[in-house]
Amino acid sequence: MYVSHPTAAAVAGENPPREQKTAEQKAWDLAATVCDPEIPVLTIEDLGILRGVKVTKEPDTADGGMVPAVQVTITPTYSGCPAMDAIRDDLTTAFNNAGYPRVDVELVLSPAWTTDWMSESGKAKLQQYGIAPPSGHSAAARHAGPIRLSLAVKCPQCSSLNTKELTRFGSTSCKALYVCQDCKEPFDYFKVL
Amino acid sequence: MSTPETTETAALAEETAGHGDISVGVAGSSNSGEATASATRITPGNALRPEDIALAVSRGTAKPSEDAAELALRLGDDALILAQRLGHWISRAPELEEDIALGNIALDQLGHARSFLSYAGGLDGRSEDDLAYFRREHEFRSVELFEQPNGDFAVTIARQFVVSYYQFELYRRLAQSTDATLAGIAAKAVKEVDYHRDHSAQWVLRLAHGTEESRTRMIHGFKVIWPYVDELFRDDELTARLSESGVAVQPSSLRADFDRLTGEVLAEAELDVPQVPAAPGGGRRGFHSEHLGYLLAEMQVLAREFPGASW
Repeated sequence: MYVSHPTAAAVAGENPPREQKTAEQKAWDLAATVCDPEIPVLTIEDLGILRGVKVTKEPDTADGGMVPAVQVTITPTYSGCPAMDAIRDDLTTAFNNAGYPRVDVELVLSPAWTTDWMSESGKAKLQQYGIAPPSGHSAAARHAGPIRLSLAVKCPQCSSLNTKELTRFGSTSCKALYVCQDCKEPFDYFKVL
Repeated sequence: MSTPETTETAALAEETAGHGDISVGVAGSSNSGEATASATRITPGNALRPEDIALAVSRGTAKPSEDAAELALRLGDDALILAQRLGHWISRAPELEEDIALGNIALDQLGHARSFLSYAGGLDGRSEDDLAYFRREHEFRSVELFEQPNGDFAVTIARQFVVSYYQFELYRRLAQSTDATLAGIAAKAVKEVDYHRDHSAQWVLRLAHGTEESRTRMIHGFKVIWPYVDELFRDDELTARLSESGVAVQPSSLRADFDRLTGEVLAEAELDVPQVPAAPGGGRRGFHSEHLGYLLAEMQVLAREFPGASW
């Protein structure tokens, strides 16, 4: 049995009802406690980085019994995202501490990550943290010339729409740097991808 | 891994079998101790290694065909060499924001290179590090454009502009490849390259419509870079076979879209397409300009001096 990301299957609603938690769902919930090291208010589930969790039983070499083995699938936001190593370590630690001695974290590139997978609660948390969440939906890569019109990005400090992009490439692969023309504060914007 | 957990090692041994049995030997070193030594591990003992990168959702990526591996090597080398060139701008760009932008673009390119090279190495059991650090100049398959020196900022922007528009057309089509792994890498890369395209196009306009000085330099930048454009779109026996099997389209078929879209930006910048003779360009066969050797010397020195080092 393989639990995939709720957005991957066409599941309506943010959280499908889970009265009876299967071993898989428990493992998913545990994986979902791990945060992105670069955006500590967001879990990898909020970001849509967590793609799948699978639990199997494997023979224990020590005493011949069976121990649970977990296989977690994650996907990078950007191809060169350096947070992946830290996330992998954190997942391994979280599962080891919860009594899963065997953890296998696998990176998948397909389907390619998109900001559309970010949960609504994740966007709200970003806003509170001072990072403007991605606005609008990702268009599949355009096939026109450069379009130099940008949608207004709302300042997470004062909610003004009077903001300006300082640089498209910011502190991490996934963010751009903006400045608010009203409250004068700089802020990060999570780029639509 | 320098501190392997036994359980993990067992699990990995089982897993790597599905990845074309990748075992990484550090070239020329008989006492690397650990079959998975890597020269670029950030977190010793537990970093993601090429064999952890399953590019298909199904477990155990299939080994690439010889032709697909050769294509992955070409595209991986292009991205790797460019990442190394762009990295040089960090702390040297005209403004802090541009330092960060070129560094970010380099990081994206390096990500693409790692994926392509990991896949290419799956054919004969070499790791991304083996391919990046322990091949000699004539074994690199990148075209000459990517190794061209940075020059001034306008030359770098001209090179990036050409590269981004080319890569965008290339990856857009490669995302439809019959090779699932190449399709996966390309589908991811094309979205990132779209940002690179926009960034370089904006700089072309800014420099061309800026001051007398910036315009002169932008024109010069394109003149320096344009001889290397032709080589990007040259077909050969490999690309013919790949297009037969639906793995990749012929490079020549990307030319029309590339010309049209770059032409639109150049027209808006009121620049002419440079009329310069094409460079001979033998990069796909391992014949490179004099610039690549110096770049490799710098890029490879640490891994060759301390094989298996990690930090």
